[in-house]
Amino acid sequence: MGELHNLSVKALAALLQTKEVSAVEVATRFLARTGGNPHHAFLDIDSEATLAQARASDAKLTKGSAGPLEGVPIAHKDVFVTRDFATTAGSKILKDYRSPFDATVVSRLRTAGMVTLGKLNCDEFAMGSANENSAYGAVTNPWDTSRIPGGSSGGSAAAVAARLTPAATGTDTGGSIRQPASFCGITGIKPTYGRASRYGMIAYASSLDQAGPLARSAEDCALLLSAMCGPDLDRDSTSLDVPVENFSATLGEPLQGLRIGIPKEFFGEGLAGDVRTAINAALQTLEAQGAKLVPITLPRTELAMPVYYIIAPAEASSNLSRFDGVKFGHRTKDYTDLVSMYKKTRAEGFGEEVKRRIMTGAYVLSHGYYDAYYLQAQKIRRMIADDFQRAFEECDVIAGPVAPTVAWKLGNNASDPLADYLADIFTLPASLAGLPCMSVPVGMGESTMPVGMQLIGNYLQEARLLNVAHQYQQATGHHLQKPEGI
Amino acid sequence: MSLTNTDIERIANLARLELQPEEQARMLSKINGFFGIVEQIRTVDTTGVVPMAHPIDAMPGALMALRLRPDVASEPNTRDLNQRSAPAVERGLFLVPKVIE
Repeated sequence: MGELHNLSVKALAALLQTKEVSAVEVATRFLARTGGNPHHAFLDIDSEATLAQARASDAKLTKGSAGPLEGVPIAHKDVFVTRDFATTAGSKILKDYRSPFDATVVSRLRTAGMVTLGKLNCDEFAMGSANENSAYGAVTNPWDTSRIPGGSSGGSAAAVAARLTPAATGTDTGGSIRQPASFCGITGIKPTYGRASRYGMIAYASSLDQAGPLARSAEDCALLLSAMCGPDLDRDSTSLDVPVENFSATLGEPLQGLRIGIPKEFFGEGLAGDVRTAINAALQTLEAQGAKLVPITLPRTELAMPVYYIIAPAEASSNLSRFDGVKFGHRTKDYTDLVSMYKKTRAEGFGEEVKRRIMTGAYVLSHGYYDAYYLQAQKIRRMIADDFQRAFEECDVIAGPVAPTVAWKLGNNASDPLADYLADIFTLPASLAGLPCMSVPVGMGESTMPVGMQLIGNYLQEARLLNVAHQYQQATGHHLQKPEGI
Repeated sequence: MSLTNTDIERIANLARLELQPEEQARMLSKINGFFGIVEQIRTVDTTGVVPMAHPIDAMPGALMALRLRPDVASEPNTRDLNQRSAPAVERGLFLVPKVIE
């Protein structure tokens, strides 16, 4: 059987279905691993709540009414609201908040049988690229604890890499699934905007936010994505009215004749040599598997950074206005009237990066600046989306690096938020267009830190991305590497 | 273009954020650093380009149109549960400081 914590989602599901292990045994094993909260990956653990879910799963397995992933553990990024666990979004303003309901993604995964291990640390309201903006403290990278795990789904990526959970949910607004997956050497996918319901996902930038799974292989991601996606028409007006696919069905397709677009803008001066070497080697593997590499251009790649950091803060400034000390969360003790209560509550409750994005957003939406910044950014957003459509006339998927470098040292960019913003340069374009995209581990760069390859597909082409990633993972073993001592 | 302290004060008021003086100074310098990079978008020729508010707007097919649901109650009344995490509640009402004298 091997050690339970090293088994894949697929293998665990099979053992549970054949009753070789029970859901309670599996949950107990993983809960033991989370003891002491390694890497500070978790924000809430409640073994009684987890074991209650596991006992319910065992009952279903006994009765023969089990879901496809019955009894397999998962942990959720703390921006998904949950009834059984506290939800803070990594913010002091939501300290101890208990949601009256589960996010759709959470309830779908539970319906599929998954048992929740707890809630995972993240950047406050998912705003960050290093997980250093969590109000509850940073997360460390299991490959080198002096380094960041990436962000904003840093707890998710670290927990999967350290085998604290076989799978995790994450959210990706500008790269928050792909970049931490890349930095922690695991596999993660952000589906097409609208594939996964945003109901119960605490909003950062509503036109960009999208949920997705992080796991150790494309095969596991396919199982998880099939369980979490699908129309949620009454609860999310941006949920696509497209039936969910069985994303596992086409994993075995050969890559013969696949056209992989290589955007020259992703391989410019800013790309570190170690990342370039690892990505090029992966592309050669794909070529050897029958794919054809096609040079393409995404000419507005550099504009994606300023465009994203106008649009996302603008939406955030509006979304975060709900945190006012009235309906939920923190309220200041010291105020004179309603406005001073709002101002002090928000000043005490929000961290510095969140305040900066709210301020930037309020500014670009304010009278006199709306046209020059916000509207102009939305126009360039359209041009970026059009560039992708032109590129997809010549290729089936696009490949390149997820990030310009491997994970950096904790505290490195602490005084320079722009350095964090620039590190998102390769993940932002697909986010702005709303395209599906993923990160696949392709080996090690400098200081034996993992490098991730990004795959981007056209709308609703998740199955193709997972197919390419799975074929690559059949030919290579990079996704099987694990940090020392695990 | 550079923002001034007055701009920061104005936006902080709009955003309902109380900033301490040293926080305000840091905010000014960081936001100005950011707008230094943002300026390049103003030189892009976007004549005739329709703003894209939403990715669904760029997707092909009639399936992708935004929908509205029928205006009927879809959730049960769970007021007590909803108010469980509120800072101040009395008889089912959210309490706030006095607004009208």
